[in-house]
Amino acid sequence: MAVTPKFPEKHYLNQTYGIRSWLLTTDHKRIALLYLVSVTFFFFVGGFFAMMIRLHLLTPDGYLLSADTYNKMFTMHGVAMIFFFLIPSIPAIFGNFLIPLMIGAKDLAFPKINLLSWYIYIVGGSLTLYAMVTGGLDTGWTFYTPLSTVYSNSAVAPAVVGIFITGFSSILTGLNFLVTVHTMRAPGMTWFRLPLFVWAHYATSVVMILGTPVVAITLALAGMERLFGLGFFNPAMGGDPILFQHLFWFYSHPAVYIMILPAMGVISELIPTFARKKLFGYHFVAAASLAIAVIGFLVWTHHMFLTGQSTYAALAFSFLTFLVAIPSAVKTFNWTATLFGGSISFDTPMLYAFGFLGLFLIGGLTGLFLGCLGTDIHIHDTYFVVAHFHYIMVGGAVMGYLGGMHFWWPKITGRMYPEWLARIAAFILFVGFNLTFFPQFVLGYLGMPRRYHVYPPEFQVYNVMSTAGASILAVGYLLPMIYLTWAAFYGKVAGDNPWPATGLEWKTPSPPPTENFEVTPVVTWEAYDFHNRPDLGLDEPTGHPAGGGVVPAHGHD
Amino acid sequence: MPFFPDEASSIAPHVDALFTFILLTCLFFAVMVTLLAIYAAFRYRRSSPNEVGDDVEGNTLLEIGWTTIPLVLAIGMFAWGAVIYVNFRTAPKDSLNIYVIGKQWMWKLQQPNGKREINELHIPVNRNVKLIMGSEDVIHNFYVPSFRVKMDVVPGRYNTLWFRPTKVGRYRLYCSQYCGTNHAEMTGWVTVMEPSDYAAWLSDETGDVNPVSAGEKLFTQLACVTCHLSNGTGRAPSLNGVYGGRVPLADGTTVIADDAYIRESILQPKAKIVAGYQPVMPTFQGLVTEEQILSLTAYIKSLQSQPVPAKGAGVLTAPAGKK
Repeated sequence: MAVTPKFPEKHYLNQTYGIRSWLLTTDHKRIALLYLVSVTFFFFVGGFFAMMIRLHLLTPDGYLLSADTYNKMFTMHGVAMIFFFLIPSIPAIFGNFLIPLMIGAKDLAFPKINLLSWYIYIVGGSLTLYAMVTGGLDTGWTFYTPLSTVYSNSAVAPAVVGIFITGFSSILTGLNFLVTVHTMRAPGMTWFRLPLFVWAHYATSVVMILGTPVVAITLALAGMERLFGLGFFNPAMGGDPILFQHLFWFYSHPAVYIMILPAMGVISELIPTFARKKLFGYHFVAAASLAIAVIGFLVWTHHMFLTGQSTYAALAFSFLTFLVAIPSAVKTFNWTATLFGGSISFDTPMLYAFGFLGLFLIGGLTGLFLGCLGTDIHIHDTYFVVAHFHYIMVGGAVMGYLGGMHFWWPKITGRMYPEWLARIAAFILFVGFNLTFFPQFVLGYLGMPRRYHVYPPEFQVYNVMSTAGASILAVGYLLPMIYLTWAAFYGKVAGDNPWPATGLEWKTPSPPPTENFEVTPVVTWEAYDFHNRPDLGLDEPTGHPAGGGVVPAHGHD
Repeated sequence: MPFFPDEASSIAPHVDALFTFILLTCLFFAVMVTLLAIYAAFRYRRSSPNEVGDDVEGNTLLEIGWTTIPLVLAIGMFAWGAVIYVNFRTAPKDSLNIYVIGKQWMWKLQQPNGKREINELHIPVNRNVKLIMGSEDVIHNFYVPSFRVKMDVVPGRYNTLWFRPTKVGRYRLYCSQYCGTNHAEMTGWVTVMEPSDYAAWLSDETGDVNPVSAGEKLFTQLACVTCHLSNGTGRAPSLNGVYGGRVPLADGTTVIADDAYIRESILQPKAKIVAGYQPVMPTFQGLVTEEQILSLTAYIKSLQSQPVPAKGAGVLTAPAGKK
């Protein structure tokens, strides 16, 4: 590293110029950046709604917004964040950018379909934005019937159509990833040499392809009931409102795994890189991703324990819910074990990985209280649920997203972000996040229901804490937005492999050329192996004394 | 700043005990993993820029261990939770039945003697209470945190919720299923009273219409009475003594004539046909409100003590209606 890294002369960003070269591109890297811009836009739209919610809840009597406006704020916050930020975020940005690079391919299997899925996302997103601007949406992001199909006075139909359309973007992306991973791996890139990021996206793609059509059908039925009065869910016409919930959660619970699995994939990259050590139990972590994807399809009615569903169904689904917790626990233990005997640095991506570990731990464990029938009776539909899923979705998925953003930003832009500023921002985020959402666990157990625009005065203390935390959190999100943009133009030149990391994506210049690799790479090393990689320029073998609580491998591979 | 709400029902201590068990188990794992990670972060921090970690693949025994131990604990949590839930879903036979109608955005409640309340529920302490709940419009949820119980109130069906209050006092009641604009204002109070106070409160006349007489009036207005003759000679079965008993159906099965059956028979008469009768009854879907259904049910229930007449002589030959 003594030589100053040089910025490549020709790369995917300056291969061609002009707006057409971006809007008609089939380069997976450019499409990833198109997604980055549009997904970031929706993140700040959703963030604005979140800020309105938190400001409004500063006082128990709701001084800021009317009941209807408040209801629209939390509904549109959920819709923007889930369908237009969390679901596409890591897969459509990093998955798109990195999967071909990680497996040594020139592009995804279907580059034009890849561009098409971005356009579908934009059409669906625009329609939903139109709904938000013209009538708003006040049904909750869950669209429960018959409230959404009969009683709501907001713009349900265009929003539902928008989300319906966006679903196809997800399906096409998942399909593209599956085919790419199956058919386009470089010579030597066997299945068990794949980075776990790719395994996680493989599992995610399966969920996208199998689950998304169901929510599309569900929303289509709800749309038809609303527009044409067909009585699928409205009991006054002989429909069943609970049927909607079955169909909706059949997708929307697995969708939680669409959001968290890719983040787990990111963490599985960060920890070995910054501990300079193979990921502990590679095969088990890969299998855990698949297990989550499969069992995740069989737990949906745990959102419905109190709808009056049969007691036996509740028992079966509670049991399966406890099963799906196990692979996540296995992953967490493997990440922690990887640290032992490593050579750990505290670069910003690793700080995010540590943050993820802590917050995902809390998010995952609090899921047990909700999957457990006896405690769900009390905390279902309270702020406990809100806190739980924000720990998973923000503490887990967004921490993973930002960790990945700092890790791969040098690869994407060819330039380094300001390290100390980034560490401070990561710290601000961690503190702000916990202050925002931890008090909500207490609120939930005390019995404060979700989606209340006014609340009894005894809950105010915790709400004020939460709002204070949200303000800190907002700063934590704005900082990276600003310095990463700055760094893309003025940051220090990064070089091919600044960390260094072991993946194939680091064996090509930063930013990479349009065709990714000048010659097709041949893979001769195992994933995350720092010991047989003289090309990384590291000391070998490790300087650590033997022992350290880790037993050498045996039993597999 | 309290962390637990009042424990005011028989189920509340069980829910709290299970919560505490899960909490302690989770704390153990969370603290363990956090401490291990912090320890490792310091113990194995990078000491020179080009240092690498040990060459370790994994450990199958460890994997089996940290799969099995959480699995066993998880099954334990599941089982404990299941016991509480099954108890929560199985109402005791001797319960005090109270009818609840949820509508945007209020609770309407009716005591067994017909006394009505809005957003207020008075109940005696240490008595099993069963709520039979329906909705006029969207899905609501009846939630009393101090009792640790809640249940959705779903249009088109009755859900039940039972609990036994154990402490005299006033407790908050919420709608916890988002139900539109004023969802947050669909709240009220549950007042748990000494049995004597409750009896006094209950007998205090406030000019409420007795649901039995209201039901009787409706029974005539809606012309139910023209077919459901009490002596059993009508085109439809007599309703005397029907409530709570077994009704033989045309398909050979029998059904218990509970609230849900009566409601269904009014709204979807063709769903279950009484043996020996023709399906001629029209639907009353959209013609009666949930509250009117409750009144009709109350009236039918009041026919309880009278004898059950045999089926009318002419019913097998003449066109006959349901029931």
